[in-house]
Amino acid sequence: MSIENDKVGEEKLAVTEKLTNGGEIGWDGQSLQSMLAETERLTEETGHYRGLEDLELKEENRFEYERLYSRLRGALVSARETALHVSASPIVREIGELCFQIYTPEGDSIAVSTGIIVHVHTGSLAIKWMIEEDYEHDRGIEPGDVFCNNDNDLGNVHTTDVHTIVPIFHDGELVAWADGVTHEADIGGASQGHTSIVHTSRFEDGIYATCEKIGEGDELYQDWKTRGERSTRTPMYWDLDEKCRLAGCHMIREAVHEIIDDVGAETFKQFTREAVEEGRRTMESRVQERLFPGTYRNSSFVGLPLAEEGWKPEQQKDSLHHLPVEMDINADGTMSLDMEGTSSQGKHSFNAAEGSMTGGLWVSLTQCLLHDGKVNDGSHYALETNFPEGSLTNPDDPQLSFHAPWGTIMPAFQSVWQNVSQAFFSRGFREEVVTGYSETTDTVQGGGTLMESMAQMIPDEVGDYFPVSPFDLSCQGLGASAVRDGLDHGYAMWNPEADMGDVEEWEMVQWGTQYLSRQMKTDSAGHGKYRGGSGWEGVMTVMGTEDCTLYKASIPDVAFSTAGMAGGYPGSTKYAVRAHDTDLADRAREGEPYPTGDTPPGSFEEHIDGDIERTHRGNYFPKEFDNHDVMHFQMGGGPGWGDPLERPLEKVVADVEEEIYSPETVEKVYGVVGEFDEKNRVFEIDQEATDAAREKIRERRAEESVPFEEFFEEERERVQDGDVSDPVAEMYVDAFDISEEFKSEFDEFWDIDRSGF
Amino acid sequence: MATETDRQQVEKLIDGELGWEELRNDVLPDPKDDQRFEVTRRLLQEDVEWDNPILLPLNDHLYVVGSEQGRIVKCDCGHEFCGVEKNWKEHARIRVREDEADHREIYPEYQTPHPDWTFQLREWFCPGCFAQLDVDAVPAGYPVLQNFEPDIDTFYEEWLGEKAPDKR
Repeated sequence: MSIENDKVGEEKLAVTEKLTNGGEIGWDGQSLQSMLAETERLTEETGHYRGLEDLELKEENRFEYERLYSRLRGALVSARETALHVSASPIVREIGELCFQIYTPEGDSIAVSTGIIVHVHTGSLAIKWMIEEDYEHDRGIEPGDVFCNNDNDLGNVHTTDVHTIVPIFHDGELVAWADGVTHEADIGGASQGHTSIVHTSRFEDGIYATCEKIGEGDELYQDWKTRGERSTRTPMYWDLDEKCRLAGCHMIREAVHEIIDDVGAETFKQFTREAVEEGRRTMESRVQERLFPGTYRNSSFVGLPLAEEGWKPEQQKDSLHHLPVEMDINADGTMSLDMEGTSSQGKHSFNAAEGSMTGGLWVSLTQCLLHDGKVNDGSHYALETNFPEGSLTNPDDPQLSFHAPWGTIMPAFQSVWQNVSQAFFSRGFREEVVTGYSETTDTVQGGGTLMESMAQMIPDEVGDYFPVSPFDLSCQGLGASAVRDGLDHGYAMWNPEADMGDVEEWEMVQWGTQYLSRQMKTDSAGHGKYRGGSGWEGVMTVMGTEDCTLYKASIPDVAFSTAGMAGGYPGSTKYAVRAHDTDLADRAREGEPYPTGDTPPGSFEEHIDGDIERTHRGNYFPKEFDNHDVMHFQMGGGPGWGDPLERPLEKVVADVEEEIYSPETVEKVYGVVGEFDEKNRVFEIDQEATDAAREKIRERRAEESVPFEEFFEEERERVQDGDVSDPVAEMYVDAFDISEEFKSEFDEFWDIDRSGF
Repeated sequence: MATETDRQQVEKLIDGELGWEELRNDVLPDPKDDQRFEVTRRLLQEDVEWDNPILLPLNDHLYVVGSEQGRIVKCDCGHEFCGVEKNWKEHARIRVREDEADHREIYPEYQTPHPDWTFQLREWFCPGCFAQLDVDAVPAGYPVLQNFEPDIDTFYEEWLGEKAPDKR
């Protein structure tokens, strides 16, 4: 038995004795409920976390304070880096889709590890929910207990993110909570995969743990383990991911005990509170240091084309989601974010719980404002948010599906980033501008089993199910800044350490799929004086399998999410192409070319014979893929900054030579004309023709543009006549229904009594 | 006060001439230069050919400036749009791309919005110099948002502790 096990035993005795004598597990004889209520009251009344106007420990013993933060943060990072090796899932082990957090007894985060840091606030909500539901007196919260949550409505981002939460006690008191999150390869839903767009309700989402106690005495309950084994398609990954989370939480608990042994419980407690208050102050001071006070507005949109793909009657329609963002940066350094007018919740998987939206806000601000600060729930206290109840961003029905809320979170925060970037630019910090990003799709997902013949080659895998859930999607194009181009194929909004993983790593676990290529997706980057980072494309085939189904989701596809900034364009949209019943095996035998991409679009078919399915929309629901069927997938480019005509010629030359843009595109958009020697990758500019082309583009702007008044009258007439597509009209009607404020602003802008929608 | 080195660095930053090494090592890390706003503002003022005091930049071409008519939005080419409280886009020229053929001038086939979804790119131009000042990506019928309403006096008086240049 380890020292830590002894410690848990001692703590359990101390808590039992305390509870037997009518005591409470909170600090100074308080219950957790009264601690939470007091913290909320003091914070509300004073504007400081728990009324902390002075950071005494930080001021009087600065070194000790910073040392404590470093030790705690180090323990979290160490827990993550060590525990991920317990996992077998490449999503966790290779890509690092996990995160550890530590919270105060009331559920406010003190520090967070690296990784999917979007979860800093989701665990907070789950802990607060358990406190509000009086777990301390009803279900019981004791040393050695283990809790689990992945219910989005209670505190999570999406179903596939599973939290293990462990209380940390000292001397009969709950001093902190440790929380570990991993992203599962499969969560047992109606469709394979981790982020499904197929589901319409909670009852299709898979396993839900609703802040359940799943173990005690540091051991998981037998019935809980059995449930996991029988409820996902990948029980080994589930089991080892859970052990990974629990091991990490126990490492954190041990570190906290060591810290308390060194500095005493009172110093530790004081430190945790001051750290949260410092996080709040850092946020406010950063706002005043780097932004510009005022009101900022942008809107994002998401197309969800399911009329043809939907399985259930209620999902068989094309929808456009409205995600408006208004932000106020106030004189005192506080910020507010208002999404009034957001589309209503629905029978699809894009519903985003309020906690996931605050997580999205937090992960955004961490990357643009707080990258070196004490990152914790303090920043949350410096922000006021309005995610309208009943909308996509704050559903009031837990029976909805929450499998793919990123389809709402990512586009919505494009607008947040653009608002904050406008503030950076006006303040002179143009290097901090980020015009946005490509959303992390195409998400290739699915699974299958191996054929007998393959089983002979891989005996241990006979008949085994293999999931298809590569994280190619985590390497998208980042938007441009106002001083340089965006990062090419290397960014995921939700995890600043984006990693697509090696092809070989994915092929080792996705036995029946083989990559045929990964390559640059030419013409995907958003145009501008500074272009967005480029996207890329890949081609995959299926070999040695039976019962293999694959599907993919795409944003943006039928509509853009946002534009660029200051004259820059959005990255291109995504689409879908696949081939069934192909001649790939013959081509392989004969040494003939096979598809390695679809650039330019339409070229995929030139190198494969079969039944080609090509759609403008980028998604398709699970389809059977026979051996040698081929699928194409695509990662997007980021938005651009500034007028493309102002892009320096040498940069355009490099764009063509690196296959970021085709010669045809740079002639049309940038007015740059030349000869491209593809073999040697040399682009020779024709200066005279370039001067003429640029002049022509400028002349066309004058000839083809109209004064605002003319545009206004024409567009107003369309609004009055309802002359827009059905998904667009339905978006407006829905937004009017959910928000009178949006409707009155809409009518006021167009100067109409009612629209024709 | 900012040193000459700082000033030269900000000048290169504005001109997009700062290499990655200098950006990574000197400009991006914290803490940030607390003189940045004023140094930037002065450099931008030197670059324009008119005398109105720049209060803040909105993008590469547009500025909020002081004028005899009050605070207005002005292009570096000299074109004056409107008062800062109004939306400059309502005083600009606009080209709308909605049909597939219009989108296809910017993107390849299939890499555009779906032609049946009436989704637009609205390109906003300065009526004076036809610089492309902004692009909106919105569905048909969407109102034109006023993207930014700066609180100029709060910024100068409460955050910087001085009067705005047009009130000095």
